[in-house]
Amino acid sequence: MSDVSEPILEVRDLSLAFGGLKVLTDVSYTVPKGSVTAIIGPNGAGKTSMFNCISGFYRPKSGAIRFQGTDIGHLHPPQRAELGLARTFQNIALFRGMTVLDNIKLGRHAHMKTSLFDALAYFGRARREETELRAEVEEKIIDFLEIDHIRNKPVASLAYGLRKRVELARALAMKPKILMLDEPVAGMNREETEDMARFILDVKEEWGVTILMVEHDMGLVMDLSDHVVVLNFGQVIAAGKPAEVTSNEDVIRAYLGSGDVEVLRRTVQGEVAA
Amino acid sequence: MRIATAKESYAADEALFDTPTQRVWLALFVAVCALFPFTANEYWLYMACLVAIHVISVTGLNIVTGFTGLVSLGQAAFMGVGAYTVAVAETRFGTPVLLNLIAAGAITAAVGAVVGIPSLRVKGLYLAIATIASSFILHFVFANWNSVTHGVSGISLPPASILGVEFGRPFALYFLIVPIAFLAVFSASNLFRTRIGRAFIAIRDRDISAEVLGIPLLRYKLMSFALSSFYAGVAGGLWAYFFRVVTPESFPFVYSIFFLAAVIVGGMGSILGSILGAVFMTMVPEVLKLGVGVMSPFLSDAVALLSPVRTIVFGGLIIGFLIFEPHGLAEIWRRIRRFFHLWPFKT
Repeated sequence: MSDVSEPILEVRDLSLAFGGLKVLTDVSYTVPKGSVTAIIGPNGAGKTSMFNCISGFYRPKSGAIRFQGTDIGHLHPPQRAELGLARTFQNIALFRGMTVLDNIKLGRHAHMKTSLFDALAYFGRARREETELRAEVEEKIIDFLEIDHIRNKPVASLAYGLRKRVELARALAMKPKILMLDEPVAGMNREETEDMARFILDVKEEWGVTILMVEHDMGLVMDLSDHVVVLNFGQVIAAGKPAEVTSNEDVIRAYLGSGDVEVLRRTVQGEVAA
Repeated sequence: MRIATAKESYAADEALFDTPTQRVWLALFVAVCALFPFTANEYWLYMACLVAIHVISVTGLNIVTGFTGLVSLGQAAFMGVGAYTVAVAETRFGTPVLLNLIAAGAITAAVGAVVGIPSLRVKGLYLAIATIASSFILHFVFANWNSVTHGVSGISLPPASILGVEFGRPFALYFLIVPIAFLAVFSASNLFRTRIGRAFIAIRDRDISAEVLGIPLLRYKLMSFALSSFYAGVAGGLWAYFFRVVTPESFPFVYSIFFLAAVIVGGMGSILGSILGAVFMTMVPEVLKLGVGVMSPFLSDAVALLSPVRTIVFGGLIIGFLIFEPHGLAEIWRRIRRFFHLWPFKT
């Protein structure tokens, strides 16, 4: 459905190395606007490194990352965040010393203008911005993600699945144009996974946000994605629609090793539990 | 029991004091503070002024160390910068008191921002050492920049005077220092309701993800150092007006440790903790003095013991709080509050 639209994110010939270790080699792919694009691959394939390059945390050795048609390679992470690149982290990076509400509000940081002097006086702009932000966070994000019962709790006291949801809330507060989810359902039970899948689809359809996700849960990837990119040893070995990718023999071998191809195919397509 | 605190607007829920009970307590506290000088003797006024100066400085240190997570052991030296600024401005230029205090804050903020530059690369213990180093450099400057600081002999100040009113005795100084302390504490509380305060806490908790979420680390770490030093500078300026003589010995390195101890005992990352810590740590030596007074008939050298005992008690307090109450007095206070909010139901 979204294959024809222009790419919102374009990665071209990206290479990343830590000393002699080549993490990514000439990786190229595009993320169509309005799509759900999944990056899959075995452990250590370079998926999270890929994310870190896009959010500006790693500096790639060569190659270009173009966001909405402009090269963002020289920008610092906060500048990229301001452009609308939001992400969540594989190992949940919430701020333990803050409540759920403050964690979510923090996401809006780059889009606010309150200066130090406004903040000290809590007058004029500070008061207006904070009140507006509170209303928006409450009505758009907290209601949507069904986390109103925990809004004043410190994040350290939350269960794992809820923390993941709060992290998604914080990313949504960043006014994202593209939302990068690093293993959004890892470690979740079936119910929590279904909730998260519903939220991801709603974000895409109601908020019009493009989604780029790394995920190991093949069932989820098959159900949600419009477009799948397969990485192995830092290289793209296949890209395309979910069905095309999972019937690709290279992918099956890379992803699951050797064995009966027909069984592996069914595993990859989510018909048999891995 | 805490009931009927439902809010009808987000602004009401975001208020600093969000229940009528809290506002009544606050009004009572302000009234007590305002009437205190008319009932207290010279000694208690002296202590109140000293506590208020320490509250400002500890609040400042808590901003950088408790909220932003950057350990600073330069707070006393920063106070020295503020004190010297006021002393020089007062004796050389005779500029107005409030202007001097603002200048003290501003110059100290600039010094603090420079001292904070290593925080971009180093954290924790390494940053603590870096701030100790800058604190010794500042001491060297105080002692040797003779043309400005008069070296080891220091500078004596005339009493502060605003619009012909002289602030010499603690009774008058109380009305200068305490309102400024109130202003400092309220400003800091406001700060942590906004994006700037949230950014500081985010840097403390996870600086790398804070950066990915749109917080430029360089700017905010330096801002935190500068703001903290501004508080130290104003506190130092008030200190200068309070003691009216500023020498390099006025701000020894142990004074910095005293402030860090107050932050830990009060509660890292808590504005209330800064107040409680400053009050507690300032009053402990006085309580010990009282103890010495009681003991002196029975113990011939009780007075000679005071100084070592004080050091031991300070050390013991810090260790005790780190082990048993790492969130400090503020957490004890929160527990008491929670008990009364839930009472008579099970807590």
